[in-house]
Amino acid sequence: MFLINCPYCGERDQQEFKAGGEAHIERPKQPTELSDDEWAEYLFMRKNIKGVQFERWNHAHGCRKWFNMVRDTSNDEIKAIYKMGEKPPTQ
Amino acid sequence: MTQNLRVKSSEFIDETNRISFKFDGKTYYGFKGDTLASALIANNVHLVGRSFKYHRPRGIMTSGSEEPNAIVQLNPNSNITEPNARATEVEIYEGLEASSQNCWPSVNFDIGGINNFLAPLFPAGFYYKTFMWPKSFWEKYEFFIRHSAGLGKSPTTKDPDIYDHRNIHCDVLVVGAGISGILAAKNAAKNNFKTLLLDEKNELGGSTIFEANEYNKINHNLASEWLKKEINELKNIKNLEIKTRTSVAAYHQYNYLLARENLTDHLDKKNKKNKIRQRLLKIRAKKVILATGALERPLIFNNNDRPGIMLSSAVKKYSNFYGVACGTKNIFFTNNDSAYESALSLHNKGIKVEAIIDIRENSDAKIIKKINDAGIKIYWAHSIVDTRGYKRLSRVSIMKLSNDGTSVTGSKISISCDCLGIAGGWTPAVHLYTQSGSKLNFDEERKIFIPKTDTKEQISVGSCGGDFELDEIITNLNYKLKNFLNINKTDFEDITLENDHETSKRNIWLLPSDQTIGKTKPFVDYQNDATAKDIKLALREGFRSIEHVKRYTTTGMGTDQGKLGNMHALGIIADTAGVKMGELGTTTFRPPYTPLTFGTIVGRNVGEFFDAFRRTPMNDWHIKNKAKFENVGQWKRSWYYPKEGETMHQAVQRESKAARKSAGILDASTLGKIDIQGSDASEFLNRVYTNAWSKLAIGKCRYGLMLNEDGMVYDDGVTTRLGENHYIMTTTTGGAANVLGKLEDYLQTEWPELDVYLTSVTDHFATASLCGPNSKKILNKIIPDLDLSDDNFPHMSFKEVLIDKIKCRIMRISFTGELSYEINAPASYGEAIWQKCIEAGKEFNITPYGTETMHLLRAEKGFIIVGQDTDGTMTPIDLQMDWIVSKKKYDFIGKRSLYRSDTMKENRKQLVGLLTEDPNIVLEEGAQIVSELNQKPVEMLGHVTSSYFSPNLNKSIALAVVRDGKNMMGRKLFVSMENKNINVTVANTVFYDEKNERLNA
Ligand SMILES: [Zn+2]
Repeated sequence: MFLINCPYCGERDQQEFKAGGEAHIERPKQPTELSDDEWAEYLFMRKNIKGVQFERWNHAHGCRKWFNMVRDTSNDEIKAIYKMGEKPPTQ
Repeated sequence: MTQNLRVKSSEFIDETNRISFKFDGKTYYGFKGDTLASALIANNVHLVGRSFKYHRPRGIMTSGSEEPNAIVQLNPNSNITEPNARATEVEIYEGLEASSQNCWPSVNFDIGGINNFLAPLFPAGFYYKTFMWPKSFWEKYEFFIRHSAGLGKSPTTKDPDIYDHRNIHCDVLVVGAGISGILAAKNAAKNNFKTLLLDEKNELGGSTIFEANEYNKINHNLASEWLKKEINELKNIKNLEIKTRTSVAAYHQYNYLLARENLTDHLDKKNKKNKIRQRLLKIRAKKVILATGALERPLIFNNNDRPGIMLSSAVKKYSNFYGVACGTKNIFFTNNDSAYESALSLHNKGIKVEAIIDIRENSDAKIIKKINDAGIKIYWAHSIVDTRGYKRLSRVSIMKLSNDGTSVTGSKISISCDCLGIAGGWTPAVHLYTQSGSKLNFDEERKIFIPKTDTKEQISVGSCGGDFELDEIITNLNYKLKNFLNINKTDFEDITLENDHETSKRNIWLLPSDQTIGKTKPFVDYQNDATAKDIKLALREGFRSIEHVKRYTTTGMGTDQGKLGNMHALGIIADTAGVKMGELGTTTFRPPYTPLTFGTIVGRNVGEFFDAFRRTPMNDWHIKNKAKFENVGQWKRSWYYPKEGETMHQAVQRESKAARKSAGILDASTLGKIDIQGSDASEFLNRVYTNAWSKLAIGKCRYGLMLNEDGMVYDDGVTTRLGENHYIMTTTTGGAANVLGKLEDYLQTEWPELDVYLTSVTDHFATASLCGPNSKKILNKIIPDLDLSDDNFPHMSFKEVLIDKIKCRIMRISFTGELSYEINAPASYGEAIWQKCIEAGKEFNITPYGTETMHLLRAEKGFIIVGQDTDGTMTPIDLQMDWIVSKKKYDFIGKRSLYRSDTMKENRKQLVGLLTEDPNIVLEEGAQIVSELNQKPVEMLGHVTSSYFSPNLNKSIALAVVRDGKNMMGRKLFVSMENKNINVTVANTVFYDEKNERLNA
């Protein structure tokens, strides 16, 4: 059970949050220009890494804000948390 | 007849407080402070259960939560009986009743014991191998297995006890109140850390507290005496909370631990009453100190499971702590010095010790001299090759061990005895440590797994960290504590320590016998009856991974999770396969450390609190008017309102007719409502719905269909423009929360530039939906001032009005195809407005109707219900709703997916109407549709999604999804129902009032 530091509310228990999958996959600005394969790449393909992964999380039972998290999926260490729109930290 | 084995009063037992209890129907006496196990032994009861597979007689083996054998049924004759309690943990109280498990008709004469003689037929993987063939016999096997399997019996009525959950936040959590835990907690608290100390037992002090070893001294006193003083001081320390009878079940990431606090199980019935039985503590600790101690290992030899064979440390605890002798002729069997301490303890209490059998060549421990002085014979380099005694141990046979430890030689010596204390060394209790995600190291020299690392948030101290000798424990504890807590000094760093050191070691995982392994029964997992032979068989059959061997042989899979024998299993696998134990790794230790009751896990979330219901403001009226309710998501919705003697079918037919002939009223409060405001609100709606919104005039309503990005229908509902930058969106009842979540997601992450604010207002409004040709007259009676003409208040428009000074929003929208008005009132006035409608509607025989009638009426009109007629694979085109998909808009959620090759395919499943040849037959929802009856395998074309008998059309109607249904209009198909095929014809989805004339009736 993680202890997650919501950038708006502070440290809260994991059960207040909802995981939202891989981060930094931007919705294409001009979907009609894309081939079926390119659209499928955006729509379906996710990395699901064992190791350091960039994820979206939502403080669903709190401030309802979305934010990003860098998490090592092999040991669940949360390496960084940053707001939507902010640049991901470089290692 | 019964011999009293109580030997000497103990300070831990209150002999002035005599307690009677029943075991297997017989009354016995014990004292306050006894466990069921100690009281039974004191009464000379040693046979307490039967093993799981072979039904071998089993006795008490340990004195703690690691007990594999002495598991009992509590309150066996009650319908709230509880199985699998460990007799070693059950504290006796007046009136306690317990019985043996796994035996029928009695523990002394058990039919299943025949399995013991059939043992050669029950090898590892027996169930997998035998019952797989022939396949058709499975049902017969299953009957047999189900009747012979299982531990104990379940309660048959609802648990009457109260359980609770509590959140705790602390600076330092110390798990285990042995000497290390106590010193750690005391020093943490003294240094201003808010500290919590937990122990699963009812007393503090661990194993040191009943220590009588005069070679272990602190400040020149017995370690136990010194520790008692330390414990005494604890009560004066602030910042320290201590909880006993509290077992940590799980250790999750980020120092989140779950513990079970047992509050009343040790009390008699009178004192239990109305109290919380158990409490689940949800602990978030800044720092965790694990001081969970170590578990003594058994030795694995032929017939090592008879009643009377116990862990050496348990024999010592029964004598030193409970004042009970486990036998009158005791023997110890050991590979280390600790059994000598146990032997001496017994001897000093006047309990006879016949001999000590040691697999080592010798030992230079100081205590050996004392043993010699006491006249106890030591057999060096000997091993037990067999034991005798069916219901209780009667003798052991020993032989000389070869130098390499793989065989025995010489002549057999037989020793008479009734108790055998076995001492196989110690296993650090690293279960919680590994649950936290931390890794173990294998110490080849000492043959133990120990924690690999301490961190800033967690340390392991004492024997769970691999320190066994007193000086080692205290010195390392002092060093670790200072670093961990960042303090300069501990209050115990100046104490003087004296203790002996163990020097000679000899570890043999599987001790040899003079018989071949095939003829012996060396039990590794007592509870599941897994022997060394089973493990070797699994390896011969090609299993290599320890996780696989574990499952195949069921080693470690009992309620005790193999706390005693897991290390031996690993050792035997390593020896047999010729690999190093460190490379083999260990099986995963999973929570809970000891079993939890379901009650503890769910706490107060039972009955009506299991999943809280949501009720509309009109709920009381529905109840008063005898509504039957249906669960929709978390909501309780009126399903139908039967009149005296009416069936559901009759009620729904009546309600449906009334709504079309005169007037009906539906409670639609549960529909999700989202308030949308902001200068970009129109643009936002354009992006989330498939149709266009920019031109919707203020005061007008529009139906919208929302897709997922994959093009599949996600939700639908009517949205009304209340102002220039203000909309109110309705969603399906079940979809409300998800729709809001999805919209927020897009707003925050994809379109943060949009000026839009979303607020859930579902609970703020109550909605009464008036429907039918007379609804206009009823509304006119309620609001005479409002011009209800089609010009002033047309279909798909909205008015804000006052009804008795209550501000209401009225939408003229329809889900039934009839003239309808939805009156939205502030929730607290919901019932009043509803009542007003009912009053005004009386002269028109206004009929309240529920969700079933609503479903029927909309099906007559071919309106979809998202989630019933769609299932996440239907596009708007599949639903034949092309009209709602804007061709002009550049983009909206899901648009691109509607042009994928797969979604544009011609022969997708599409929504159609179905009419039965016999108008009286109502199809089953979910029934499969086929075009051929004689084809095998038959192709399934689709299935029925909605089906009703329509009283307004006087025939049955159905909606269905059918492959290429669009091009099948008029085709004859078949619907398979139980035992028959129904002839149907594909029809239009709109069955009633195709021209929508009734909206303005
Ligand atoms: Zn938050």
